[in-house]
Amino acid sequence: MDSKSNAAIRTEPVAEPPLQPTVGQSAARESKPVLPTMQKQANNESRLPARVWMKTTGVRYLVRTMALIVAVVLWQLASTKGFHFYINFENIPAPSVVGAALMSELTGQEFYLHILHSLERVAIAYVLAVVVGVVLGVAMGRSRWAEDIILPYIELLRPIPAVAWIPLAILMLPTEQSSIIFITFLGALFPVILNTVHGVEQTNSVLIRAARSLGASRTAILWHVILPGAMPSIVAGLAIGMGVAWFSLLAGEIISGQYGIGYYTWNSYTLIQYPQIIIGMLTIGGLGTLCTLLVRHSCSPLLKWQAKGGRS
Amino acid sequence: MSDTPVSNNRLAVLDHSRLRAISGKADDERGRISVRDVDIVFDTVSGPHVAVQNANLTIRPGEFVCLLGPSGCGKSTLMNAIAGFVAPKTGDVQVDGNTVTEPGPDRGMVFQQHSLFPWKTVQENVAFGPLMAGVGNDEANSIARTFLSLVGLAAFANAYPNTLSGGMQQRVGIARALANYPSVLLMDEPFGALDAQTRIMMQENLLDIWSEFHNTVVFVTHDIDEAVFLSDRIVVMSASPGQIIADIDVKLPRPREQSLLTSADFMALKRQCLDLIRKETLNAFEQQNRAG
Repeated sequence: MDSKSNAAIRTEPVAEPPLQPTVGQSAARESKPVLPTMQKQANNESRLPARVWMKTTGVRYLVRTMALIVAVVLWQLASTKGFHFYINFENIPAPSVVGAALMSELTGQEFYLHILHSLERVAIAYVLAVVVGVVLGVAMGRSRWAEDIILPYIELLRPIPAVAWIPLAILMLPTEQSSIIFITFLGALFPVILNTVHGVEQTNSVLIRAARSLGASRTAILWHVILPGAMPSIVAGLAIGMGVAWFSLLAGEIISGQYGIGYYTWNSYTLIQYPQIIIGMLTIGGLGTLCTLLVRHSCSPLLKWQAKGGRS
Repeated sequence: MSDTPVSNNRLAVLDHSRLRAISGKADDERGRISVRDVDIVFDTVSGPHVAVQNANLTIRPGEFVCLLGPSGCGKSTLMNAIAGFVAPKTGDVQVDGNTVTEPGPDRGMVFQQHSLFPWKTVQENVAFGPLMAGVGNDEANSIARTFLSLVGLAAFANAYPNTLSGGMQQRVGIARALANYPSVLLMDEPFGALDAQTRIMMQENLLDIWSEFHNTVVFVTHDIDEAVFLSDRIVVMSASPGQIIADIDVKLPRPREQSLLTSADFMALKRQCLDLIRKETLNAFEQQNRAG
């Protein structure tokens, strides 16, 4: 899992704060008189008219939905026709079969219990990872000592896949629940730490000097300059961390005795219930995506200053 | 933005009693700077680099002084020593009798560009200093609004800096520095990144605002026109090592307007500065050639 998370960290664009307005924009503003009405104009410029928005965004979502539907149709065909050319679909249940199995799962209580247990574990592990990750990340970004002490651990532990932690987690932690949460926590922790360090180290030194000359204390500089400046990078780390948390969860829930969507998937495999395996996989994918969207959405007020023409 | 009228009723909005209360001194007694025998040395890979050598300078309260010199002459470094960002190796810098050891709100700083907090609105940027000084939220905001109307940007209080032009951002920077009622305003090539037209408007704007406060201003520039137009006194520095080589009084009448730029007195001062700088630049070239 960690090779994937590494790649994600590298490819995820870390948004830079757009400090400078574009040349055209600035020239246009410079020549206009500063009147309150300008604010209104600027506001209108920054938003597309509703009709254009519907057209572009609406069409794009339609394309995305179609792309998924095409895959489902191909899968249905491959399964029902018994496609077997290197890749073998003969034993893969068709979407119609999976759909029927899903319907029967949705009518029972069990399936929801699996989801609830997983959500609980992810929530606890993720909150811990965010708190520990941001604190360590800020410490490392601000202090050479902290970085030199903590970084070797991160470099050494980060490439270890979540599954490999299972024996130690069972040996070291008192309960099955805490072992699973620990494994999930580790997965989410590294992207959060590394992106926080990156964001903090990118702090513009002129802004720190400005704050000092305005009488800000070290604590005030941390709250008013360093953390907001690192926020775009931290939010990227939080989103990546949420994704990694979900696929670490699956590894952790292998040791679960009863509940959890990872356990459900794993158990279906041992029981050779193919439709249930696919239901489990897709549920993890869907929940992971939803949670990542939730993180991005709830963090967006912290980044509204990045939007061109953004007004509070 | 250039034709914005600066608020006419600002005499009414500015609270001068507050200014005096903060300093505990009358206006004409705050902002005395004395730089004595200052050497500033940086450690570099290739050994110590003397950025400023044997600088001696006394600036009277309410004086507008430009530090003029070619790039790399240490004028910004000298200003940073007054600001408290760099420590002199020998000698000391005092402001109002106190030795400078760290930056402080009594010395407001305006940087070249991009020094506003991009995640704070224009008003929050200006209110930041008063908030740090411990005044309440409401008062900090009202001080911020006062200073924003002073620089003609009251209508942009809720805008984020990245939506403003370079000139507007610098005016917010000036408002932010002034909102702490500093006894000294330190300006490090504040208009260097602006186009020529905007720069002239900003210079006039600055003089207009300064006529209100009459605090001490130290203004770093390499632009001779700018130095002559703005200042009471031009301190010319030479490059490597940075030394003060001339101290020129500018006795042009105030208020100063654009027409001054073509007057004979202005030209004479400009020539004097040009000759000094040219000699220095040639010296620097020769030194570089010898070294190369």
